[in-house]
Amino acid sequence: MLLIECPWCGPRDESEFAYSGEAHIVRPLTPEELTDEEWADYLFCRRNTRGDHLEQWCHASGCRRYFNVQRDTVTYRIKSVYKPGEPPPGDRP
Amino acid sequence: MSQPHRLAEGGRIDRKRPLTFTFNGRVYPAFRGDTLASGLLANGVHLVARSLKYHRPRGIVGAGVEESNALVQVGEGARSLPNLVATQVELYDGLSARSVNVFPSVGFDLRAVNGWFARLMPPGFYYKTFMWPAGSWRQYEHQIRKAAGFGVVPTGADPDDYDHMNVHCDVLVAGAGPAGLAAALEAGRTGARVILMDERTEPGGALLAGSGRIEGLPAGRWVNRMVEELASLPEVQVLARTTVAGYYEHNFLLALERRTDHLAPGSDPGPRQRLWRIRAKQVVLATGAIERPLVFCNNDRPGVMLASGVSEYIHRYAVLPGSRAVVFTNNDSAYQTAFDLLDAGAQVEAIVDSRPAGQRSAEARERGLQVMNRHAVVDVRGAKRIRGVRLMALSADGGSVSGKGRLACDLLAVSGGWSPTVQLHAQSGARPAYDARKVCFVPGPSVQAERSAGACRGSFDLQACLTEGFRAGAAAAHATGHGDGGLSRPIPSVEGREGDPIQPLWIVPAGKPVSRVPKQFVDPLMDVSAADILTAVREGYDSIEYVKRYTNLGMGPDQGRLGNVNGIAILADQHGTDPGSIGTTTFRPMYTPVTFAALSGGEQKELFDPVRKTAIHEWHVEQGALFENVGQWKRAWYFPWPGESLDEAVDRECLAVRRSVGVLDASTLGKIDIQGPDANVFLNRVYTNPFMKVPIGRCRYGLMLDENGMLMDDGVTARLGEDHYLMHTTTGGAAHVMSWLELWLQTEWPELKLYMTSVTDHWATVSLCGPNSRRVLRKLCSDVDLSRESFPFMAVREGAVAGVPARIFRISFTGELTYEVNVNANFGRHVWEAVFDAGEEYGITPFGTEAMHVLRAEKGYVIVGQDTDGSVTPVDLGMERMLGRKKDFLGKRSLFRSYLVRKDRKQFVGLLTEDPKEVLPEGGQIVDDPSAPLPRPMLGHVTSSYYSAALERSIALGLVKGGHGRTGETVHIQNFDGRTIAARIADPVFYDPKGERQNV
Repeated sequence: MLLIECPWCGPRDESEFAYSGEAHIVRPLTPEELTDEEWADYLFCRRNTRGDHLEQWCHASGCRRYFNVQRDTVTYRIKSVYKPGEPPPGDRP
Repeated sequence: MSQPHRLAEGGRIDRKRPLTFTFNGRVYPAFRGDTLASGLLANGVHLVARSLKYHRPRGIVGAGVEESNALVQVGEGARSLPNLVATQVELYDGLSARSVNVFPSVGFDLRAVNGWFARLMPPGFYYKTFMWPAGSWRQYEHQIRKAAGFGVVPTGADPDDYDHMNVHCDVLVAGAGPAGLAAALEAGRTGARVILMDERTEPGGALLAGSGRIEGLPAGRWVNRMVEELASLPEVQVLARTTVAGYYEHNFLLALERRTDHLAPGSDPGPRQRLWRIRAKQVVLATGAIERPLVFCNNDRPGVMLASGVSEYIHRYAVLPGSRAVVFTNNDSAYQTAFDLLDAGAQVEAIVDSRPAGQRSAEARERGLQVMNRHAVVDVRGAKRIRGVRLMALSADGGSVSGKGRLACDLLAVSGGWSPTVQLHAQSGARPAYDARKVCFVPGPSVQAERSAGACRGSFDLQACLTEGFRAGAAAAHATGHGDGGLSRPIPSVEGREGDPIQPLWIVPAGKPVSRVPKQFVDPLMDVSAADILTAVREGYDSIEYVKRYTNLGMGPDQGRLGNVNGIAILADQHGTDPGSIGTTTFRPMYTPVTFAALSGGEQKELFDPVRKTAIHEWHVEQGALFENVGQWKRAWYFPWPGESLDEAVDRECLAVRRSVGVLDASTLGKIDIQGPDANVFLNRVYTNPFMKVPIGRCRYGLMLDENGMLMDDGVTARLGEDHYLMHTTTGGAAHVMSWLELWLQTEWPELKLYMTSVTDHWATVSLCGPNSRRVLRKLCSDVDLSRESFPFMAVREGAVAGVPARIFRISFTGELTYEVNVNANFGRHVWEAVFDAGEEYGITPFGTEAMHVLRAEKGYVIVGQDTDGSVTPVDLGMERMLGRKKDFLGKRSLFRSYLVRKDRKQFVGLLTEDPKEVLPEGGQIVDDPSAPLPRPMLGHVTSSYYSAALERSIALGLVKGGHGRTGETVHIQNFDGRTIAARIADPVFYDPKGERQNV
């Protein structure tokens, strides 16, 4: 079970959190102008990262706030957590 | 009563507390402190089990967790536990145990005939043999399963309590042998919070099973001194009978404490077992090592034991497992067992050592023992108990044998070297590495905050165990900010002796090909022999993971603790490589079995999941309502009169609503209070229909889609003030909708100014439905004008109802004139009862969810999750008018994808059977031609189906391909009894299609 550091509440057990998918998926501002393929890319296509993954978690049984986690999908090591709107750590591929 | 094999003195048993226990129906004497295994051996009982596949007689092999033959069923009835290991079952007076997998008894097992045909039962036998005729496997399997398997499940619900303990610590030490004791003490001395856990009855590990001395003290006395000092440290906790069984991410570990299994049932009021959930900053693994058996013919016969087990029975339990012993080894450690046997008064016929003469053999000869160097035991005589061994001379490389010899004996103590217990290390994500010098797998580089010390690191001598233990404790504590990493005092010294290296000896040659000699067991628990592994290799299974699954090597309850390394090495030999290149199989939690009861702990029965009840719930109970579960809510289902059936009650409740007035407890509907200047912008984005300009005091029904365009939830949102809205959600969808809205607000639109609060439980909702509802409410509410003109349909007003502040919504899920009265939940029952008093003259009737479902179906109203399943769009439902054209909303773009604009999608329709009495089956598949050959093209299914008392006929709703264009056509529905029922596609609004009744 992961130990996740909520940016507002501090380190808590994974069981207090809900996973919410890949972070930094931005909803297109003008969906009606997108082709089906472009819209499907926003809807369905996600990175299948081996290594550092930027993902959203919600402290569902705590402060109920969403935040971002940089987690290694191989070792499960959590390298950083940061609030929504803050820039992701390091260079994004 | 005598215990013929009990030594006159010694051991850690309590001779002042004799007891009796029952095994396979016979009563035996023993002492407190005995295990079931030591108690049986004290009484001369070796034959305790039958093997899984061949039903061969099996005896006790070891003295601890490594035991893999002596599986027993302990206790009776609901408290019975299957597949316990006799060496880990502590005796209490009256304990009752029996062998598993025997028929009819362990002494005479009919299924032992399997052994005669063993040559015909290669690996994969069942699958290869029972493939024909095709499709018959299921019948075969039933018989095979009966013959195989282990214990039986308890006969009733477990009467005992189990619980969980969540703890944090600086240093968790797993294992309280010499290394673990040293680590815990050194870490504890720094002031760090330390937990030391050990699976055995008391700390000490191998120190309690041997005769060594530390700092001049007998090992047992030294252990006592260590335990005393640990007890004096306030931040140190020592738990015996506690197995660290699982090692997970981020240094989270699970341990099972067996609190009362060693006591007579019911004699302790506390929980029987406790699951410890531990988050440790640092972990020290001091889990020791397990002795390996040697692989020779008939090495599974009762009387063949691990040398370390024999020593442990002598020292710990004062039990001598045999009187004439032969010791067979490829390493030094078994020599001590020979000396222990000699000191305990046994006759040691010979030490058979695969290696040339060395220091230890010289020492043994000095003590008058016969040592046969470069020899091997190739076979044993005797079936239910050994009578002797066959010996042969071994070549220098261990690859061939010659000559012959025999020795009579009743005990054969074997040692094939030691396997460090690297399971927890491997579970942590690390990979064990092979050490060719030590001939075993040792821990590889750590990937979590853990370190190994002592025998589990391949350091088998006592001095190394102590040194590594103290150092690991200091280093682990230092890593958590305690101490300076140095040792607090000098490491105790132990008398040590140089020894000779171990000689790898994976299969003892028997002078013939492996396939032609009696079985040489590698994994006796699963009846896997060396020949089976060779067969698997010959058939092309070259990876250890394949060999494991094909032969069942290591698949038993012991997860290959005893046999896996031998199996890996035999496979490596076949490939001409070393065990390191083969690698181990994956080690998964749990290290030893953990009961489901302990895993669930207190989270069972009424504590398994919260039960939510409305403020009016007790009234429903008093009225004899039946309930249904909607999410976590208990909702009144229907209110039967005495003798009334479900159908009769629902018909009566429905007619009351249509003809006069009924009342529904609608408190469970999700309610989200939304406040802020941007609330309307937010609502406008999450609902399909426009929400920018809802007038204050008015309500609007909204559809919520996911981004895929599929209907997710629906409900009425009311504007209570300038910046104040109240959103209703479905009962079951409330929590999900709240999370969904929070996600968008926090991550995508953080600039919007609004707050959301779940207020579901704050309000009780009394829904008055029916033509007389206005008359009833008028008697209770004088400060709101209830007339149609000033309080129209889809409006909300605030006022006092039955003297209580209330919000009244004119919204309807039944199609009748309806007032939903919301009051503070604390007043819910008061208002509910006042409504009943006021409605008595109109025959006011409580109705439940079943009647509500019928009433809404008469109106063709959708229930999200019943008529929809996450693949239905508003267009499919015929609700295009609900889609805002001039705005974007969540899910809108998806509705224009090519697949979603097809005309042949499943569409929401009404269904009317030709026979008005016939009620269609919900879930029934809809087809065009009931006589078409199978598989028949399916058009959709029935989603809702009821008998409507108001319409005096059955009605149904369903999804049908292209259904919107097929009104009036006939389709056929498959019934559960095999019949097909004809029905006509109709408009889904069956009752009051113009909606006049709710708008009066």
